[in-house]
Amino acid sequence: MSDTHAHSVAFVRETEIPASPPPAAETGVVKWLRANLFATWANSLLTIVAIYVIYLILAGTLPWIANGIWNAGSLGECREILSGKVGACFAVLTERWPQLIYGFKYPTSEYWRPTLAFFLMLVALAPVLFFDLPRKLLIFTALFPFIAYWLIWGGTILTPILALAGFVGGFFVYQKFVKDSFALGAGGGALVALIIWVVGGWLIPDTANENAMLLAVPSRDLGGFMLNMMLGLTCVSLSIPLGIVLALGRQSHMPLIKGISVVFIEFIRGVPLITLLFVASVMLAYFFPPESTVDLFLRVVIMITMFSAAYIAEVIRGGLAALPKGQYEAADSLGLDYAQAMRLIILPQALKISIPGIVNIAVGLFKDTTLVSVISMFDILGMIRGPILASTEWNGVYWELLGFACVCFFITCYGISQYSQWLERRLATDHR
Amino acid sequence: MAEPQMKVSEEIAITIQNMNKWYGSFHVLRDIDLTVNRGERIVICGPSGSGKSTLIRCINALEEHQQGRIEVDGTVLSSDLKNIDKIRSEVGMCFQHFNLFPHLTILENCTLAPIWVRKTPKKEAEETAMHFLEKVKIPDQANKYPGQLSGGQQQRVAIARSLCMKPRIMLFDEPTSALDPEMIKEVLDTMIELAEEGMTMLCVTHEMGFARQVANRVIFMDAGQIVEQNEPEEFFNNPKSDRTKLFLSQILGH
Ligand SMILES: Nc1ncnc2c1ncn2[C@@H]1O[C@H](COP(=O)(O)OP(=O)(O)O)[C@@H](O)[C@H]1O
Ligand SMILES: [Mg+2]
Repeated sequence: MSDTHAHSVAFVRETEIPASPPPAAETGVVKWLRANLFATWANSLLTIVAIYVIYLILAGTLPWIANGIWNAGSLGECREILSGKVGACFAVLTERWPQLIYGFKYPTSEYWRPTLAFFLMLVALAPVLFFDLPRKLLIFTALFPFIAYWLIWGGTILTPILALAGFVGGFFVYQKFVKDSFALGAGGGALVALIIWVVGGWLIPDTANENAMLLAVPSRDLGGFMLNMMLGLTCVSLSIPLGIVLALGRQSHMPLIKGISVVFIEFIRGVPLITLLFVASVMLAYFFPPESTVDLFLRVVIMITMFSAAYIAEVIRGGLAALPKGQYEAADSLGLDYAQAMRLIILPQALKISIPGIVNIAVGLFKDTTLVSVISMFDILGMIRGPILASTEWNGVYWELLGFACVCFFITCYGISQYSQWLERRLATDHR
Repeated sequence: MAEPQMKVSEEIAITIQNMNKWYGSFHVLRDIDLTVNRGERIVICGPSGSGKSTLIRCINALEEHQQGRIEVDGTVLSSDLKNIDKIRSEVGMCFQHFNLFPHLTILENCTLAPIWVRKTPKKEAEETAMHFLEKVKIPDQANKYPGQLSGGQQQRVAIARSLCMKPRIMLFDEPTSALDPEMIKEVLDTMIELAEEGMTMLCVTHEMGFARQVANRVIFMDAGQIVEQNEPEEFFNNPKSDRTKLFLSQILGH
């Protein structure tokens, strides 16, 4: 025992110690530099090397960009204008940007249609991404796929209306029977939707596309960054629900459902996407009835969706596993049934935990849509490697074109990742 | 004592006959026989791992029993999901770790089951919820999230959440054992109030003061069996079995 204690163990505080501000932080630029960049010898050396590397990169690229030529008819003309100086030939972008965005076969007079669809997409996504917006906007979100389909592919408006009618009919039947049993509701709904589509398919005359309000554009004429956006958006929005179903299936106590989910997930995860895409381009046709020529776009969507759904399922399974068992028990003890417990208690929390993983996969999926260039679809990369670089005017303009593709993808992917960080902060309610 | 005003009716709330349960090959519950009358307040105690939680979790089918018969409120527990959901909506349960839903506000925690299970209109469910939140003395926290509340407050919300379903029976599994000492009293007070209103309660707890004050019966379990049960005075002052004596001497600390 120390001396002070030995003298007086008993102690009563008579005056309060007033709260005081923490010691002033060390401030000033010089102090900051010394603390963060030049703290030790090794540290200083690393700082200098890093600055030198940054200098080299900027010294190489900045003049190249600043000297860039924006107006020229071909690479040769660019070189003439530059006359030996270092400089980029951005003229290829000025001249070919419609092809990079829409592909080289989409009718020029119809460019407004995908553009309009793009802006409508922003409106449709808003209530999904920002849930403070009025919920009524979701009605437009539900209609958006049909509107966008009609705008982009054109042709008779009867096709999207028929598709919509099938969903609406199926939904009403589902609503009617789901109270008796979920299986009856889901099965009945699917059956009614199928009947509407098949009967409607017979009723729409084959000639309907010929004198339609909007010029019909076949799938093989779609291309450019538009194709990447279309594939990305469709596949992400389809693979999240499919991933949830697979994750729940994998957790199921019913051996058959569990088995199917496990085999599906493990099989897809064991196969490279590019293989699946080749399967889509040549083989998948065998699985459909011979008379139906299933669109290549649809086949690719199916493959990419299955691929990312398997990964999303695993991410969500991680989220489900992270929930304490008590959450399931509390939901059960209140008398919620399986569907309610999942929808109201388990999935909202599991999905919240899974957001970073899902976003990771969504970003990866979006970038992987460039793989379709390998099966001769002309997405932005396909356009660059094919029609543009192969042309006599622009043969050899690699950096500018690939740089443009990078910028397009970077803007989109960075946006997605910023959104997900905002969402995580916004959903942080548990203060753990 | 408070005994006379807390009436126990002749009506039977829970019957458990010859119930056995195994975890794999481990025999957790052995030949459990228990009848609970409506309005009765039963405290279950016993050493850790003796099967107390398992017993009360069998009553609302959070755990499945393999042998014997459990009848709750006239409904026999079978593997029929409709029966199970019916019993669960009549039986409230509070857990050691509260198990509130962290992504929902306190009010939403309380209205969720009435709205989705009982199909109560939202407005009515909110009024009921506020009524019970007032009863557990935290109406001002209604719009906060569970993570913003203290343990004692969370447990009182959990009790209110169960009460919103207007249950006829309440099960408590060590509701105070995850709480700091100064919060135990506020939760026990809520439970005492509930007992005084005549709620049928089964409570696993080691709060012997609570047992003396409100229980009409104390049950001592060991190794998956009911070893002794008696009125609280008799149980504490005059335990019959050696195991009970040992247990009481351990928890009462002398
Ligand atoms: N899910 C389970 N699987 C296997 N054994 C379990 C499980 N839950 C509890 N047990 C065992 O059953 C016994 C009784 O547990 P429990 O009812 O929680 O005891 P208590 O609540 O009295 O402490 C303990 O030995 C425990 O290890
Ligand atoms: Mg226990």
